Order: sequence, then structure tokens, then C-alpha cells
Amino acid sequence: MTEPFLIGDTMTGGYGKGPDILHECTVSVDKGQIAVIVGPNGAGKSTAMKAVFGMLDVRSGSVKLNGEDITKLSPQDRVLKGMGFVPQTQNIFTSMTVEENLEMGAYIREDDYAETMAQVFDLFPILKDKRNQHAGELSGGQRQQVAVGRALMTKPSVLMLDEPTAGVSPIVMDELFDRIIEVARTGISILMVEQNARQALEIADKGYVLVQGRNAYTGTGQELLADPEVRKSFLGG
Amino acid sequence: MIDFLNAIVALSNFVLIPAIAYGSQLALGALGVTMVYGVLRFSNFAHGDTMAFGTMVVILFTWWFQSMGISINPLPTALLALPFGIAFTAILLLGTDRMVYRFYRKQKAVPVIYLIVSLGVMFILNGLVRFIIGPGDQRFADGERFLLSARDFKAMTGLKEGLAIKTSQSITLVTAIIVVIVLFWFLNRTRTGKSMRAFSDNEDLALLSGINPERVVLYTWLIVAALATIAGTLYGLDKSFKPFTYFQLLLPIFAAAIVGGLGSPIGAIAGGFVIAFSEVMITYAWKKVLTYLMPDALDPTGLIQLIATEYKFAISFVILVIVLLFRPTGLFKGKSL
Repeated sequence: MTEPFLIGDTMTGGYGKGPDILHECTVSVDKGQIAVIVGPNGAGKSTAMKAVFGMLDVRSGSVKLNGEDITKLSPQDRVLKGMGFVPQTQNIFTSMTVEENLEMGAYIREDDYAETMAQVFDLFPILKDKRNQHAGELSGGQRQQVAVGRALMTKPSVLMLDEPTAGVSPIVMDELFDRIIEVARTGISILMVEQNARQALEIADKGYVLVQGRNAYTGTGQELLADPEVRKSFLGG
Repeated sequence: MIDFLNAIVALSNFVLIPAIAYGSQLALGALGVTMVYGVLRFSNFAHGDTMAFGTMVVILFTWWFQSMGISINPLPTALLALPFGIAFTAILLLGTDRMVYRFYRKQKAVPVIYLIVSLGVMFILNGLVRFIIGPGDQRFADGERFLLSARDFKAMTGLKEGLAIKTSQSITLVTAIIVVIVLFWFLNRTRTGKSMRAFSDNEDLALLSGINPERVVLYTWLIVAALATIAGTLYGLDKSFKPFTYFQLLLPIFAAAIVGGLGSPIGAIAGGFVIAFSEVMITYAWKKVLTYLMPDALDPTGLIQLIATEYKFAISFVILVIVLLFRPTGLFKGKSL
């Protein structure tokens, strides 16, 4: 079996000097695929993602990107390595325009990013119309598009999304998922934490169900949706 | 009709023009305070004394230039010395940051600790300035004193009231406009300026975007040095330089920044003028203007001065309290305290 593009392998760790939240937890995603982490509240879903991104101590285990061990790198250095991260909250610059948000996303790039910005505008046409509007004035769904767009500006090879559909209406959620699939089709791997487990697993190539910081179930999205145990415990029957 | 014109002229001479000049000075000072608050997230109590330090350096260079016979008559020599003042103040602020503030940044200290630290820096600067130039009054304005003198105005118009525009007042306004335009251009149009706004808006996301915080801090101090030195020099040219007066300026400057909304540059400017106009209008003796406007029978007997000038600082306080009660984030929605 070939090694996945991004893998957080048997990670154990927690915040600062606090207790371990993750226990030998493994999440991974292949090139151009969508992996979804689901599970009950407090299962350590976001924590697992943050561990992959280097925002907390991984005390044992490792994180590898394209075969390279990046366990010791800071989040900023991981951005340079091609990882994009969209936090769950406060993921846009509210006092800046949509266009400025995207420019700031491209801050580390020395080359011309006009083409990437055009691609983002193609992906999220509404942002093109509102490019000169302050991001803080946009609706919840539009804000999430700005947040994803900002992360895409670095031309990442992996995009990590922490509950991108939190607090948006079901229609907007469907649309966001469609966009995320489009992003994956361009060859960008997607690792995503989701509350809306059923819908997320439907678009997932791979799904992880975490319980109390451990891998409980792993499989393709369809397998997990079909698994009676998973259905009963996490999907409401 | 003549009475009405005389009233307008008197009002301009004693209220409008001085308030516009004072407002510009406060606005530049408040811009400095608001920049530190927006980017470094603390209320910099040392700002008044930073202004004093910058002005002191400008004065020393002015004297030196004067002794060498260098001048740019009719403009004050101080304008020539201004870049040197800014440079020295920048060195001072960057040194303070390196020795003091950076330590607390590493500790991720809460804002109130910074505030107390800046109070300490304030006392040190306070002493430093008095040690170098002394606590007394210094005059350093030279060049042409009036752009338009009261006598010329009277001869020109034949009105009883004179209108005088001091060179320092016009320089203040012109300089303030230029500085504000350059500052807004920098913040809104350049990559570095935008990265500073991004850092001020959302520090974590700015870090995720690869914005280097130390660079943002460096640029902030450079801008603050320029703003403080320019504001201090303009104030000194317009009135006079005395270290204690600059320390006292802290109150109207903070009032201006808070009234406008801390962290909002446009708010700092608006706040500066709100405070300046309130202060000048409330402490002005309206007798003269009203005598022109009212029928003779209703001529005021007293001075019609609402508050004596000694109490002018009370006005900043009162406006501050009113704004904090009814609109805590300021007129232009700054960050709430």
C-alpha cells in the first residue's frame, strides 16, 4: 500500500502541559481526495486536525506530508510547505475587503498571484461581485467562502477545514460541499472536520469516526454510512 | 450686516482657526495612540512624553541650525530639523521596544500589564527629557510669524475686527493633511500597510497567512515615531515647548482616540477635532461675538465664558465619560475597551 499524501500517524498529545486529548489517533488523506473526521462533541475532532497542522504538541507519533516528516514544524512553516488551514471561527479579516482578504492569503507568495485570485473568483463567483465589500458585512456562507478562498491563495496541496458549515443554512451547506468537491477535483487534498456527519460522509472518500480521542471507525464514506453501528451511534439511526 | 461680519471674523479669529490648529495637533497625537492600540493592543501612556522627546530633538537641531545660520525663512527652521527628530525618536522607540515591550510580548502579557509598563516608560522619558533640555519653557519658532496679520486684515476689509492667521497654524493644517493622506495611502494601498491592518484585525489569522509580527511591530513604531514628533513639533511651534505641558496633552489625546474609537485611524482624526472644538468653544468668552449679534439692549454684561481655561482638561474628561456611557466603542466603532 502506498503511503497517503498527508498522514497524522498514531498521534498522542494535548494542549500545552495539559493531559493527552488524542490517543494514538491516525488520520490521513490521499492526493485529490476528501477525508472527513466526524464524531460526538468533545471527541477531539478539531484537536486531531490541529495536531496535524502543528497547533499542539504531538508527544508521540508523527505527521508526514508527501513522505516528509513535518512533526516538528510550526504552523507557519507548514503553510510554506503547502498546507492551507481554515479555522472554525475568526477565519477572515472582517475590517478588510474581500479582495484584501485574498491578498493577505497570498502574503507569503513572491510571485504574481493574480491568476490564483481569478481561480478563486471562478470558484466563488459571489466573491467577485463583492470584492470591494468589507468581509465582515457578508453573510455566514459568504464569509466561509472568503475563508476558504483566503486559504487557497497560497496554492496549497492540502486544505484543512475546521467545520466549514458550522452555523450556515442547509442550502448553503450543500453549496459549500459542492465547492469543496470542486476544489478536490483540482488535485488539492481535503481534510475536514464536520458536525453534519451524514452529509459530510456522503462526499467523503475516507471517513474517520473519533471517540474520546481514539479512532473508533475508519472506512470509506459509503462504508461508514452503511455500517449499522456507526448509523446507530452517530447518525441517528 | 457689518456687525454680523464682525461677529463671524471674531469667531474665526478666536475660535475656528485656533481650534482647527489644535484639533490637527490632537488628531496627529491620537493617530499615534490608536496605531499602538490597534497593532500592539495596549494604551501607550508614554505617548505624550514620546512627543516631548521628539520635539526636544527637533528643538536641539533647530538651535544648532540657527547657530550655523541655516534657515528656510519664512518657514520655521524646525521643519528642517523635523526629519532628525523623527529619526532619533524612531531609535528611541525601537530601543524601548527591544529592551522592554518585546519581553512582555514573548510572555504574551495581558494589555493591563503593557499599560503599567508604558507608564514606567513614561516616567523614564519624562526624566530623560527634563534632564537634557530642562523643565522650563522653550521657544524655537522663527521665520515669518503671521501669514495674515490682524492689522493687514483690518486695512484690507475695513472691518473693526481683525483676523490673524499665524504661520504655525497654517503649517499645522497643511502638514496634518499631508501626513494623514500619506498614512491612509500607506495603510490602504501598500502590502506592508495592509499586513498591519490584517495583524490588527485578526492576529492569529495574520500569523497563519505568514505575516511576520516583528516586522509589523517595527513599522508601527516607525510610524508612531513620525506621528509623535510631527504632532509635538507642530504643537510647540503653535504654542511653546514645556515637558509638563506635553505630559498633560496625554489626556485630550486619549480622549480624542477613545471618542473616535480606539484602533480606528479615521476616528482618531474626528475625535481630535471634537475634543479641540469643545475645549476652545467652552472656554471662549463669547461676550464679543454676542455683542455684535444681539440687539444693543441685550448686550451681555458678563464674559459669557462657560468654563475658565484653567479647567479645560475637565472638558476632555466629560466628553470621555459621555462617550463611554452611550457609545463605548467610540464614534467610528473602534475596539471596545
